[in-house]
Amino acid sequence: MSMGPTTAHGGALALKPGYADNAADALRHLRPASETIDFELEHHPDPASIAQLGFWIYLMSDCLLFAGLFATYSVLHVRTAGGPTPQTLFDLPYVLAETVFLLVSSFTCGLATLAMGRRSRGATLGWLAVTFVLGLTFVGMEVHEFAHMVAENAGPDRSAFLSSFFTLVATHGLHVTCGLIWMAIMMVLVVKKGFTPSTESRLSCLSLFWHFLDIIWVGVFSLVYLFGVS
Amino acid sequence: MSVANEAMTGHGPHGAIHGDARGSAHGGTHGSRKSYFVGFLLAIALTIVPFGLVMTHASIGTPLIVAVFALAQIIVHVVYFLHVDRSAEQRWNLTALLFTAIIVCIILGGSIWIMHNLYINMMPGMMPGSMG
Repeated sequence: MSMGPTTAHGGALALKPGYADNAADALRHLRPASETIDFELEHHPDPASIAQLGFWIYLMSDCLLFAGLFATYSVLHVRTAGGPTPQTLFDLPYVLAETVFLLVSSFTCGLATLAMGRRSRGATLGWLAVTFVLGLTFVGMEVHEFAHMVAENAGPDRSAFLSSFFTLVATHGLHVTCGLIWMAIMMVLVVKKGFTPSTESRLSCLSLFWHFLDIIWVGVFSLVYLFGVS
Repeated sequence: MSVANEAMTGHGPHGAIHGDARGSAHGGTHGSRKSYFVGFLLAIALTIVPFGLVMTHASIGTPLIVAVFALAQIIVHVVYFLHVDRSAEQRWNLTALLFTAIIVCIILGGSIWIMHNLYINMMPGMMPGSMG
């Protein structure tokens, strides 16, 4: 039984001279690289930036979810089953108004983040409130649009086109609604706790989320509304 | 890109140190007021023009123009609002973003391509909706 470890040890010893040379070579080559890594690690230890990277990865996976819905819509949008078509259904000025509300809310969300950087609690809360109202207007307009379509017998059960349309646009709308709930909670947190590291980290993630939803909406209004009508 | 990089606060090789000196606990990736204003104006323009184009007169080439404007606006949002740039701090964000962009292109392009082929190779009697 004791023979096994001994031979293994002997084997390792026999290899040692060459191994040591190789290791020294390797270290010499590695040194510049390892210095770079140390430099980067020095600037990455704070949990907030790691949290932001994690949130970013979530956003990217959410992007893939939307990619699937976009692909479904682009395949099914011609399957109107004799029902209403994009040309007859969509009201572009109404969509433009929705788009502007969401775009301005994205901008004011950015201003809220800047105010947070200045540690100005009043300005942060003010811009967050403006963002909230604009986002709520967007969701309200979308719900109104959906209700109008369902009332016109153009609900999600009418055709494959409308099923994929409601799935895609309502998924975006649900995201915006979740963002609004998150924003309301963050406003309460800022009022109660002020700017703690965790509040700031969460606000930064919320800002990323909100800008991300605006990017998805660019895809929605281009692919669904503008392609559909043109 | 260079305008965007200048507009960032505290990025580049020495930017992180600057951020630490200010005691920012959030990575300092918030950009400046200028970058938000520039991004906002560009985004508004890139929204209004395709809408105006489609609402006034839709021609054969309009979908292509709309696609170009959409792509441009997405890039504007990413650069000016999400502040993704090529600095060392943002490397993993940029890597993840590019990877996602590739996957999105494969999903979208692949689906449209395959389903279009399926569509043109289908016999007329098999078309959904041809029964009614």
